[in-house]
Amino acid sequence: MKRVLFIASMCIGTTAFAQTQITVATVNNPDMVTMQKMTAAFHKAHPDIKVNYVTLPENELRQKITTDIASGAGQYDVITVSNYETPIWAKNGWLKALTDLPEGYDKNDLLESVRQGLSYEDTLYALPFYAESSITYYRKDLFEKAGLTMAERPTWSQMTEYAEKLHDPSNGVYGICLRGLPGWGQNMALFSTMVNAYGGRWFDMNWQPELTSEPWKKAATAYKNLLNKFGPPGVTSNGFTESETLFANGQCGMWVDSTVAAGYVSDKETSRVADQVGFAQAPYETTKNGANWLYIWALAVPKSSKHQEAAQTFVDWATSKDYINAVGESEGWLAVPPGTRSSTYASEQYQQAAPFSDLVKTAIQSADPQHPSAQEVPYTGIQFVSIPQFQAIGTRVGQIMAGTLAGQTDVEQGLNQAQQFTSRLMKQSGLGQ
Amino acid sequence: MTESRLTNTLLTLLTYAVAIVMFFPILWMFLTAFKTEQTAFDIVPHFLFTPTLDSFKLALAQGNGYWHYAFNSALSAVASTLIGLVLAVPAAYAMAFFPSKRTDFTLVWMVSTKFIPAVGVLIPVFMVYKSLGLLDNIWGLTMLFTAMNLPLIVWMVYSYFKDIPKDIIEAADIDGAGTLQTMVKVVLPLALPGLASTGLLALILAWNESFWSLTMTDHKAATLAVFIASFKSAEGLFWAKMSAASVLTVTPIIILGWFAQRQMVRGLTFGAVK
Repeated sequence: MKRVLFIASMCIGTTAFAQTQITVATVNNPDMVTMQKMTAAFHKAHPDIKVNYVTLPENELRQKITTDIASGAGQYDVITVSNYETPIWAKNGWLKALTDLPEGYDKNDLLESVRQGLSYEDTLYALPFYAESSITYYRKDLFEKAGLTMAERPTWSQMTEYAEKLHDPSNGVYGICLRGLPGWGQNMALFSTMVNAYGGRWFDMNWQPELTSEPWKKAATAYKNLLNKFGPPGVTSNGFTESETLFANGQCGMWVDSTVAAGYVSDKETSRVADQVGFAQAPYETTKNGANWLYIWALAVPKSSKHQEAAQTFVDWATSKDYINAVGESEGWLAVPPGTRSSTYASEQYQQAAPFSDLVKTAIQSADPQHPSAQEVPYTGIQFVSIPQFQAIGTRVGQIMAGTLAGQTDVEQGLNQAQQFTSRLMKQSGLGQ
Repeated sequence: MTESRLTNTLLTLLTYAVAIVMFFPILWMFLTAFKTEQTAFDIVPHFLFTPTLDSFKLALAQGNGYWHYAFNSALSAVASTLIGLVLAVPAAYAMAFFPSKRTDFTLVWMVSTKFIPAVGVLIPVFMVYKSLGLLDNIWGLTMLFTAMNLPLIVWMVYSYFKDIPKDIIEAADIDGAGTLQTMVKVVLPLALPGLASTGLLALILAWNESFWSLTMTDHKAATLAVFIASFKSAEGLFWAKMSAASVLTVTPIIILGWFAQRQMVRGLTFGAVK
């Protein structure tokens, strides 16, 4: 009996020892919360791998991952990255090239723009978990009441006309809601697409900033006018979530923001205007190049990971077609991670649950990070510039733009400050010499 | 007399006003924890609403589960406080009763280490911890908390010891007590209220610490500060869940503070009348 117990305990010990523990660093976005819920299925399919999650706010996570990889600490086996970091970190040699994908993965099913966004020198370094572009949300009932018809793809000038007619603050309806909260991923995500739409660019081919150019001035003036005249009060506190809530509460006539909100504002449980939501492509002005953004949340395996094989098994699973189907079946098709695979948009269940799916797919496919401006540029990225310095530049320019909205500076002064800051930082980094 | 009564009334009103201003964020956090995410995020503030425990249910299950983080917080806070006291008492004893030429300088130097912002020493500490394998390790975090609170503990214990008349030490010496005996059997019982309030303060500081917890731990040694931070998101609503997590985090320390209130006030006012 003692011998049986001994052998049994040795077996248990061996099983526990053989289990590889991997640490996934991620954010608390709803799709990642679903991923954590679904992990039980992964554990069932791969009992030899145990997944632990580290969930942090986006900026803290980015800092921690950077420190971890740069110091070679190897605390994380799977990291959540975006199409901003992926090419930069791949160039630094920090990420494992994902060249040996399993047979059934169907790499060609990934949307082309998404695949490109996560590649460096034609090699994939991260696999897309979900992707988003920007679109226009509007209230069909208010448009009808005002005798307006939303263009299939409006211009920013048209948006100003619509906003003026829809603006009715005495009844708690503001003409337009847009992000005003400072941050390179907040107000600057939207404002960069406005600059692109007006034909502007961040840098010329010699990396000289062009923040005082005519397109920047026009975009900044339009942004300030729209929000100051027809926007909600306290707009510099409104990021994505705040604007989403305002729209879902019926307080915005229009809203230009991420495609990921489409499900939320169309859901009767979360939105008071679910029946009245209309969708259109993101506004443009003189060009459609870069007028709608592309942001991809992806999973990558850092080279510092000590369990790269197990980590890639997890990444393959979380970004697979099977995962999307499993989420659709257990959490509902509106909850599947959008924007990554053609098969998701071909799915009848998804089309039924998400009537806006074709529009979102068109938006994501039309976003071309290789050509973010009508002019030639030395960088890739639509609402960001894929250089390490951009985080600091975007953050500072975002603060300056919020200052112009709040009336601390006028557009001219604000853009001058932004130009000076960007020039200085680029010179310090050796890029703008 | 009337003027004095009026002044008293005004001072009382002012005290209440200040107390309300200080307490309001905590009250709002408690209220938000019992709201739905939609109600919590509504532009119009709701004081009256149908309470729900949904956010608590979700918060308790977040990440590795509340108890995992609470255990790490409790262990690191209690252990760092005890180690801190064990190290600080002899140091403070020596400096209070047997001062040398350099005692004042040593005291000021110890406190001056607190002038450096923690982020200033992050990279060296991170690299040392990486080499020693102490990243995401509860004892590594405990060591940091101990080092973080040690100057404060030494300084406080030193000031309590200074209030004890030296004659008592001399009397114990004449009676034949050794240094350890004098410290443990004579001085410590006299300074107990002070030691208790020092310990409680160090415990609260370690419990609430977030910078080192966020930067040096991941999941194994993650504390409640990491637990709360994990709710913040750029997408989706999280205020009610985060408030519930905050309520779960502050409640143990509030209860402890409540029970230790008398001891703490006594300790903080120890020797104040002299």
